[in-house]
Amino acid sequence: MKKSHIFALVVIAAAIGIIIANTGDASTYVSFDQAYQMASNGNTTKLHVVGDLKKDANGNIVGIEKSADKLSFSFILVDENQKEQKVYYNEPMPPDFTRSEKVVVIGSYQNNSFVASKILLKCPSKYQEEKINTSSL
Amino acid sequence: MHYFIGDLGHLFIILSFVTSLISVFAYWKTIYSTDSLREPWRKNARVAFYTHLVAVLGVVVCLFVIIYQHYFEYHYAYSHSSRQLPAQYMVSCFWEGQEGSFLLWIFWQALIGIVLIHTQKKWEAPVMVVFSLVQAFLASMILGVVIPFLDLKLGSSPFILLRDAIDDPIFSIQPDFIPKDGSGLNPLLQNYWMVIHPPTLFLGFALTLVPFAFCMAGLWQKQYAEWIKPALPWTLLGAGILGLGILMGGYWAYETLNFGGYWNWDPVENAVYVPWLIMIASIHTMIVYKNSQTALKSSVILTIAVFVLILYSTFLTRSGILGDASVHSFTDLGLSGQLLIYLLFFTVAAIVLAIVRWKHIPSSQKEITVYSREFWIFIGATLLCFTGFQVIYPTSYPVINEMGSWVGLDLRLAVPGDRQVQYYSRFQIWFGVLIALGSGTAQFFWWRKIDKHSLTKELLYPFLISLIVFAVIISLGRIYKPAYMALTLAGVYLIVSNLKVLFAVSKVNKSLSGGAVAHIGVGLMLIGIMFSAGYSQVVSLNNTGMLISKDLPTEFNRDNLLLFIHETRTMAGYEIEYLGERVKPNGINGYVSKNHIDLTTDPYKVVATQDIYFKDKKILNARDTFAINPENTFYEVELRKDGKVAAVLFPRVQINPAMGGFVASPDIERHAGRDLYTHVSLPMSREEEPEWSELTEERVHLNQPFFVNDYVAVLEEVVRIHEIDGFKLDEEDVAVKAKIKVTGERDEYYAEPVFLIRNKSQVGRIPSEINDLGVKITLLNIHPDSGEFSLGVNTRQKDWVIIKAIEMPLINVLWLGTGVLMVGFTVAMVRRFKDFRKENNS
Repeated sequence: MKKSHIFALVVIAAAIGIIIANTGDASTYVSFDQAYQMASNGNTTKLHVVGDLKKDANGNIVGIEKSADKLSFSFILVDENQKEQKVYYNEPMPPDFTRSEKVVVIGSYQNNSFVASKILLKCPSKYQEEKINTSSL
Repeated sequence: MHYFIGDLGHLFIILSFVTSLISVFAYWKTIYSTDSLREPWRKNARVAFYTHLVAVLGVVVCLFVIIYQHYFEYHYAYSHSSRQLPAQYMVSCFWEGQEGSFLLWIFWQALIGIVLIHTQKKWEAPVMVVFSLVQAFLASMILGVVIPFLDLKLGSSPFILLRDAIDDPIFSIQPDFIPKDGSGLNPLLQNYWMVIHPPTLFLGFALTLVPFAFCMAGLWQKQYAEWIKPALPWTLLGAGILGLGILMGGYWAYETLNFGGYWNWDPVENAVYVPWLIMIASIHTMIVYKNSQTALKSSVILTIAVFVLILYSTFLTRSGILGDASVHSFTDLGLSGQLLIYLLFFTVAAIVLAIVRWKHIPSSQKEITVYSREFWIFIGATLLCFTGFQVIYPTSYPVINEMGSWVGLDLRLAVPGDRQVQYYSRFQIWFGVLIALGSGTAQFFWWRKIDKHSLTKELLYPFLISLIVFAVIISLGRIYKPAYMALTLAGVYLIVSNLKVLFAVSKVNKSLSGGAVAHIGVGLMLIGIMFSAGYSQVVSLNNTGMLISKDLPTEFNRDNLLLFIHETRTMAGYEIEYLGERVKPNGINGYVSKNHIDLTTDPYKVVATQDIYFKDKKILNARDTFAINPENTFYEVELRKDGKVAAVLFPRVQINPAMGGFVASPDIERHAGRDLYTHVSLPMSREEEPEWSELTEERVHLNQPFFVNDYVAVLEEVVRIHEIDGFKLDEEDVAVKAKIKVTGERDEYYAEPVFLIRNKSQVGRIPSEINDLGVKITLLNIHPDSGEFSLGVNTRQKDWVIIKAIEMPLINVLWLGTGVLMVGFTVAMVRRFKDFRKENNS
């Protein structure tokens, strides 16, 4: 074997190593049921759950509770399987939270509550407007 | 409606597309025609490319006129600008949208193309074929033309009208409707770094095309090795500019965004970081080739890889495939198909060309030994590639998920969002260590022939000095984490070894010192990153212990601090006090309390109610009218240490409903050794009506002290007035105004409620509010018999703000290292350009 072949093998091995190490540690998008299952099996990895905020019949968001000092809050998220879950978050409520179309929570179950360590908001209106402000006529 | 300017702009776009294609064809003919026809074809090609440049400039001017003149009938002006936007940020509107940023890219490449036409005699034709072809692809992205019969839309034009872009009922009623104002520029981009960062970054992008074009031209024209010489100085320039652009982006993020740092491993950042790493690797292999005729094949591979990665990152950030994975990629314009074709075309063409020519590329038969400089450079380049691969692989998860779904795999991979930084950095740290150790050592091999015996002699002193410096740093900085220790040692070693080389080399010839200087910069950056990122800490920890739910585990601790106005709290050895909301007068260095301004009918103009001082300097006179940006509120926060004022910070909040609401930017207290970084997490909403307590009544004489919300108050006088807010009262109306002084913690405030009898029977009461103290006082009644006055007092929760503060040690070492790295790049680039010119002239 030539040196260059050995080198090529080492490179391929290292690349596969990087792929395996990263994939093995990657998070996945799951539903609340799957997340609960994993937590009760002793798996404490943080997971991504995508969902919508719970709304009443009139389209108003319901279930948001702020702590007395406003430094944390909780809300109800409905995942893709329509399962509702109360989610706790230890940061103040972002002001554009109620405007977001989709919410991604990253966290895990602790006892029976889902504690998010991070929230990603998907605000449709953030960079592209769909309606024109005609009030300035 | 201004149809002409948009039609003209669109015409220029089509012209730029067509001329780039003509240029491709004419340069092609320059290569493949008989000798007599060569020069005429070259002339045609040049005319085509110059016309292309003029057309591109025309597009730029038209788009700028539309933005600058506020032609809101155009979608681009409407969605990226507004009437109140300061002129310097109009430039930022230009590249806020996808189309404008493509345009910027096209503009730079057109300029570079002209430079190449006039400097590369031998290379002009083949290089410009590649160049013009890339220009054609880019121009097609903003073409905005629907191909008939196929019903295929090619590109997205920046000149589309609002009514064509947005489906709004108003246009069916009134097709000529023009909005009075645009929706404005994203407040995050209203920052001077956003004026210079995108042009720098796109110049960097554009420059990556130059080495690629030379490489393609070399393979195509069978000049397998000759392309290196002209390509090398351009690669150095490109890597320098691209690196500068990336770091400017980081600095902008540090100053403007509130994630608490300068680098977040966001896909958009990764997408430029990886090509830059590979570009650095390609510089190294090119230099090796120039010195020892090895590593030519690796140079070809790496040069192609850089350009393909730039195309790939363009695809990632602009096709919308990142979706949930990134918060700030561009919106999808339906260009994904076109972007994919662009990516695949050049990837496949380059790979096919390289494979066809592969056997002919000369390679050295020299055995590479561990003691040769080639070996070390080669290892370094390989490590850089791995470093890039570890980043680009997870960044591509959305692509991998998509591709998995084609074969029925439900992968759903995601980079863990809560530890995104750690996910990358735990690998990147060790790559950084290896690269620093490797390039520190390689320097010795580079400048001298070294064998087993001289190696220990050469390395001994640098290594000993590094160990001593390292020991001092870790004991002073208390660094005990193995990874951080390793990075510190590697960084110090890189600096020390390159300092030794620098001294030796600059004795011989200063122009050769670029490499050593650049490496010292990298060493400084590594140490700065290690400290500022590894040892940054949240100092605003909440210790009240008030939790939202008893079900939660105890580690539910919080990083934010709730501050009530004028209530001092302690934080990380500081006493911290919130002093109130401020506005910033445009063009004046200073801030004005919202208590000291009167609003006018124009939200952008306010009047000072008293002389305004900032840092003991008078900045405004009473009754001065001055301009502000009403979107911005600054929250004055004072930090004291041992009773003395250590810092006064003004973190900013921008409220822009059109842009999704609320944007907080930090204020940074800079010290040589560390930065204290503070931003608002949640401001008090002024839109919600506050909850007032029940009214309590106080019966007082003039000058008799009483308490409101625990503050001492005195009714100083009651006077008759004849007008209220400029509104003149009738003769028989009676109005009196009470003046009540309330002594707060720092200031004295006056409440001036009004009691009014109109038409002899109607009683009106206008209460007066003191925002800072959270009190509202009403003059309820006057008792002439006893000389007393009845005052009604309501109180509410005092003004508050929630902040987060982070301490970043030694971040200045990172910025210093960046500067040193850029100096190194410049020195090296100047040398290589001179080299090239010397040869070209001989």
